[in-house]
Amino acid sequence: MKLTSYVQERQLTVALAGEIDHHCAREMMEAISEKIDLYLPLRCILDFRDVRFMDSSGIAVVLHTLRRMNTLQGKLLLQNIPAQPYKVLRAAGIEKITEIKEECPQ
Amino acid sequence: MKSENYMELKFPSKSANEAFARAAVACFAAQLDPTLDELGDIKTAVSEAVTNCIVHAYPDELGEIVLKARILPDSVLDIVIKDRGRGIEDIEKARTPMFTTGGADRSGMGFTIMESFMTEFRLTSAPGKGTTVHMKRKIIRRGGKK
Ligand SMILES: Nc1ncnc2c1ncn2[C@@H]1O[C@H](COP(=O)(O)OP(=O)(O)OP(=O)(O)O)[C@@H](O)[C@H]1O
Ligand SMILES: [Mg+2]
Repeated sequence: MKLTSYVQERQLTVALAGEIDHHCAREMMEAISEKIDLYLPLRCILDFRDVRFMDSSGIAVVLHTLRRMNTLQGKLLLQNIPAQPYKVLRAAGIEKITEIKEECPQ
Repeated sequence: MKSENYMELKFPSKSANEAFARAAVACFAAQLDPTLDELGDIKTAVSEAVTNCIVHAYPDELGEIVLKARILPDSVLDIVIKDRGRGIEDIEKARTPMFTTGGADRSGMGFTIMESFMTEFRLTSAPGKGTTVHMKRKIIRRGGKK
């Protein structure tokens, strides 16, 4: 699992990469939560640009992050989502409960 | 139905095999010349079915998963994924979107995704005996020479 993040004015951006499945989801959830607990951001952005594959385990990662941000009364934003992860997220109606910026299904 | 090509895999329910299983099926499906979208749908459905075996069928032990894929006439990819794990009590309920027995780590969307991403989806299960998922996906023939 690869994950890089940066913080700017209480906005935390986490760049996800590789394949998100059950094998790595738990670790990914915990890594994101750790960053959130560390920086207590008002806005958290999950960037999907380098995600090559995602299944329903990724939905749980997003929901987990959303719950974390809700308890901080912050916002969650998803951006740069490639077509395959986007289709999976849409199947779960994620676009109705989080903000999606620049969706980019090719 | 007469198959034009087939393959069979047997592997233990280790989560590292999720990526292996979907990649193997994607490689096998490549001979049908699918689009990236079609391949994405197939990989997602396979990943869902295999993950279910690992997470739900054999929650506390390692068990065996059998994956069979065939190419049927008219560019149909036929996939069967089978476990001999704990099985499903109420199939109707299990197929309901958002239903999960997996807690906060799961979203209850696996069967919904398999059903909507594939052209055919069949689920059979018996408590204590195991579960079989049977899916088909027709690959649209595109113009152009192969
Ligand atoms: N192979 C299986 N063996 C036993 N029970 C299963 C199996 N597959 C699914 N189930 C049961 O059916 C339920 C629904 O499965 P589904 O894949 O739709 O959702 P999930 O696995 O709980 O969550 P998600 O797939 O979104 O991570 C599971 O929670 C589990 O109780
Ligand atoms: Mg599942």
